[in-house]
Order: sequence, then C-alpha cells, then structure tokens
Amino acid sequence: MDMKNTRCWRIGVAAWVIIAGAGVALFSGAEAADLRVGLVLERSGKDDKSFNASAYQGLKRAEKELGLTTKTVEAPDNSAYESLQRAFAEKKFDLIIAVGFHQLEAVKNNAARFPNQKFLLIDEDAKAPNVRSVMFEEHEGSYLVGALAALHTKSGKVGFIGGMDVPLIRRFEMGFAAGVKKINPKAEVTANYLGVTGDAWNNPPKAKELALDQYNRGIEVIFVAAGNSGLGVFDAAAEKNKLAIGVDSNQDWIKPGYILTSMMKRVDEAVFDSIRMFKEGKFETGLVRYGVKSKGVDYSVDEHNAKLVAESDKKQLEALRAQIISGQIKVPDYYLVQKKK
Amino acid sequence: MKSTWYASFRSFLRAVAGAALGLSLGLLICKLVGESPLKVLHVLYQSSFGSGYDFGMTLFYTAPLILTGLAVAIPLKGGLFNIGAEGQLTVGALAAAWAGVIGASIQSPVIAVVFATSSAFLAGGLWGLLPGFLKARQGSHEVITTIMLNFIAAGVTAYFTLYSIKDPVSAQAETIPLPEAFHLKPFAAFNGAPMGGLIFFLILLAVGIHYALWKSSWGYSLKALGENETAAETYGISRGRSWMSSMFLAGGVAGLVGLVEVLGNSHRFKIGFSADYGFVGIAVALVARGNILGVLPSAFLFGILQKGSASLDLETDKITRDLSYLIQGLIILGVSAEDLWGWIWQLVRRKK
Repeated sequence: MDMKNTRCWRIGVAAWVIIAGAGVALFSGAEAADLRVGLVLERSGKDDKSFNASAYQGLKRAEKELGLTTKTVEAPDNSAYESLQRAFAEKKFDLIIAVGFHQLEAVKNNAARFPNQKFLLIDEDAKAPNVRSVMFEEHEGSYLVGALAALHTKSGKVGFIGGMDVPLIRRFEMGFAAGVKKINPKAEVTANYLGVTGDAWNNPPKAKELALDQYNRGIEVIFVAAGNSGLGVFDAAAEKNKLAIGVDSNQDWIKPGYILTSMMKRVDEAVFDSIRMFKEGKFETGLVRYGVKSKGVDYSVDEHNAKLVAESDKKQLEALRAQIISGQIKVPDYYLVQKKK
Repeated sequence: MKSTWYASFRSFLRAVAGAALGLSLGLLICKLVGESPLKVLHVLYQSSFGSGYDFGMTLFYTAPLILTGLAVAIPLKGGLFNIGAEGQLTVGALAAAWAGVIGASIQSPVIAVVFATSSAFLAGGLWGLLPGFLKARQGSHEVITTIMLNFIAAGVTAYFTLYSIKDPVSAQAETIPLPEAFHLKPFAAFNGAPMGGLIFFLILLAVGIHYALWKSSWGYSLKALGENETAAETYGISRGRSWMSSMFLAGGVAGLVGLVEVLGNSHRFKIGFSADYGFVGIAVALVARGNILGVLPSAFLFGILQKGSASLDLETDKITRDLSYLIQGLIILGVSAEDLWGWIWQLVRRKK
C-alpha cells in the first residue's frame, strides 16, 4: 500500500509540475493579416443544415471572394457567447459576427465594453452605435409560401409544424396562415409544436410522427419551421406522397419532388453583404430589416422543385410580393400583435 | 487504520494523477490530429487563469457544478442515485425569477436575496422531495422518477415562462427581468465575469453539509443506510425519513443554481439556460467519489474544462468543440478509472 502511495504522490506532483511549467513557458505570437472576421455560432453549430449553416456559408463565400482571414467558433453553452465575442475583440478582429437571438445580451455588453469594435448581430436588435443588427421579416416570407401552399391544396387543409414554442416561430405561423387565407379564405390551418425545450429543434422522429398524423387527417402541405427536426417531416412527406415546405436554407434538395419550396432566410446574404460593405468602408450600423423587398426572405425555386412550382404560381406570388412592398397587404406580425396585448 | 483525512487526501492525489494521465491521453490525440500538445496546455491554462475575467468565468461555470455535484453526492451517501438535479435546478431557477416578480416592490437587497434564495431552495427541495417520497412510500426507483421529473420540470417551467411571467417586451422565451435589489454584484476584479462573493457562500455550504453528514445523527443515519440498509433498519433508523430529507436537501441545493444564473448572471429565467449542469453534476460527484468536500475541486476541474472547450475551438486551428469534449471525456475516464491504474501499477511492480 505504502509503495503505491508514494508512487501516486510522485506521479501527481510530476504531472502538475509539467502542466504548470508548460503553462508558464509558452506564449503564442500574434499573426498578421489584413481584414479579420470572427464568427460566433450558436450551440447547434455550422452543421445544422439551416440557420447557422447559412451564416457559415456566407462567411466562407466572403473569405473566398473578398480575401480575408476568418475564424469560426461554436458556443458550447448559452453562457459562452460573451466570452467568445470578447476574446475576438481582445484579439482586435475587425468585425465580429454573432448569429442568433441568444447572443443579444452578450453583444450589448461587449458593444459597450469595446466601443470601437464593430459587430454584426443576426436576428435581434442590439440598439448600440457600433452594432449592425439584421432582422428578417419572417412573416412576409411565410406569407408567400402560405399562398403557394394554398395553391397546391384541393381540400383546403394545410399544416404547420413549429419547433420550440417561442414567439419567433409563432411569427412564422401567423404569416403562413395569413398567406393561406389570402388565396383560400375557407382554408383550415392546423398548427402543432414539437415542444418547449431545446430538444424541439433536434427531434426528427417526433416531427415525423406529427407530420404523419397531420397527413392522415387529410392535410396536403405542411410548412415546417423546426431546425433539424424538419428532416422528419420531409421523410413523412415522401412516405405519404404529400408535400412539405422547408425553412431557413434552401432545403429543396433534401427530398426532391416532395418539398414544394423553402422559406429562405438569407442569412448568408446578410453576412456576405455586411462583410463586403465593411471591406469597402461602407459598413453602416443600426437596424437593417431583410424582407421580401430585398429578397432577404424568399421562396426558393431551383431544379429540385421546378416541376412543382408552375409559372402561374410564380406570377401570383410576385403579385403578392409587389402588394406587400407597396403596403397594400399588411402581413400580420406576431411581435406587434403580442406587444399590443 | 489511518485517519479519514489522510484517506481523503490520498484519494485526492490519486484523482489528480488520474486527471493528468487522462489529459496526457487527450494530448496524444491532439498530437495525432496535428496540434501541438504544449499549445493545448497553454490554451487551457490561459483560458482558466489568464486574466481576472477568465478566472471569473471559470468560477462562474464551477459554481453551478458545485451545487449539482452536491445534489448528487448527498443522496448517494444514503444509497440513492439522484439523476434529477437538472429538473431541480430548473424549478429552483424559475422560483428565483418568480420571487423577483412577486417581490418587485422590495427595496432592501438583503430581504430580496433571502426571499429569492429561500424560494429557489424550497422549490428545488420540493421537486427533489417528490421522488424521495415515492421511494420511501412506494419503493419507486429514484433513477426512473428523477429522470422523468426532469422532463416534467422542463415542460412546467417552460409553460410558466411563456404564459405566466413572460417578458412582454422580449421576443425571446424569458421571464420579466428582476428588479435591481435582486441582483448579486460581481467582483470588480473579474472585469465583467458574473461571479462575486457567492462562490464563498457555496464553499461554506459544502463545508457545512460535510460537517452535518459527519457530526449529526441525521448524517449518521443516512450513511448507515447507504452502507447497509437492512442493518440500519434493524438498529431503528427510519429509511423513509432519511431518504426524504436527503432528497429534499439535494433538490434544494440544486435549486440554488438559480442564484448563480438568475440573480448573478442574466437576472431573469431563460428557457434552456443550463449547460446540462444537472447531468455534469453526476460526473462531478462520481469523480469526487461521493466525497462532499471532493465536489469542490472536482467541480473546479469541470469548470476549467467547460470554459476551455470554447477556448480550444477559438485558439487552435485543428481542435474543434467536439474534439475538446473528447479530451474532457478522457480526463473524466482517467480520474474514474482508479482501479485500472492500480492494476497497471501492480503489473509493473510484478515485472520488476
């Protein structure tokens, strides 16, 4: 026993001498580069096939076309945003991009702490002089795909499946339902939510069950806004030979022929545009809204769904887009409705 | 028989040796993917001790883990495995935020903090008492009931967050912000990291629970029950009372995570704020081998690793967040595989 103890002693002491020594002995050198952009992603990370993936693609495109040095980090938890942004600021990155509404508080704090540092925040408004905040008019894009959904149903039954029951997703639902009713006032919109925890974004099996249930009740098209869980709805659509509508990125390629369209939030465009402006010295802070006008939110048409979306459909949608832009159509916005309550 | 203090110290050294061996394995893997092990060590060191802010953030990650580690370690003394710290801390945190809504007119910070603390403790405690009660009365297995109550806690707290005390101004799923009197002040030396004198309170709490377990008849009963249920009952120890009280205390302690997060950090309850503190707490308690005071260094180790995982992603080219989880896992494995190291040493000695 004693023999073992002394050995353990020695190992313990030796190990910590090595660790401490290495810690003291090493210092990293700073690298030189022209424009440096740091990207802080949410927990779901760059492989979420949707929101964060889109931001990452925008950054990669900017890296290739504009020639800059980039670094991407994925937060391990919701408390890490502030320290990650701060680390970028302390390393004197030129622009720090924070993706997702969870990062609002962190951006606010860091923007005040580093008043000369420029930030780009996606999906929330930081209301700070050194932050460019980009928000998407999800209800407008959802309105357009809602209209398209109504054009593709005979029974007038359409469905909505949301991820986590949060105001942002309610906003999708409200715009979608309004778009459906515009084309077919008698239509019936059934909405289901996957849950109230973060797991709701990552539960394709449950999403598939909900979708099968909706299709069995005679629903012909389902709009899904549920992150990764959407994949389950696409599976169900293929199984039942019905239609689904994707979200955030262009998801038409995932199950060609069964995905009517995708309600794209062009996070990639917002990221790319902002970096390009920064490079050209035209970076403007403050709130920027990406709606159907700038095609920051849009329905997708590509080779995977070209057979589904007819020319006459497109004409109708473009007419609706024009009416939204001119103000003739007021798409109900859940955020505003909620504030009035 | 040597003193228990010496035994704990020896066990601590073994844990340190295990962590070092696990870390070396992790560094070997870093080397294999092409990242310099020295750089990795340097990043981990800088990320936890590099500045006042970094150290403060490390303590911020450590604090909830001390609480959840205790919440697992306390019932473990009586032979119960509490998987429910996640649910207990969620309920406790919501209660702390709700206390701020109810007590919005409270001006005195002392009354406000005491009110929020007792709400959090009571809510978490009752959430823990429920599986304790079911175990004592019906013999329902606590692993099943506590896991299930985690889901119920997530649902219930989300409901109240969204429909009872939701912040009407915010587009996010979060409650009404707490009034100023409820805010815990962080240390200025931490330069913005949300951690202050609370950490000393948590250390005192651990020491207090340690003494309660070793010096009180309550602690004696609980430990006797954990060692041998039948023998303890024969000697007149009430199983039900011990189990229920230990689960109440555990739940209450987990509920105090609400102090760290709600009073100390975001000043409101946000759905999904926990970085799986309740589940990491299980690992914290197991690495501490159920030792109450051992939870403190163990939680600190996990705090360093949680803080470091983001820093490794940021500071190195090859090590992503997932690879740093792997390094974490190896360190945990190194510490927990105590018997394996003993066995290897015996082999080495035999050869000599």
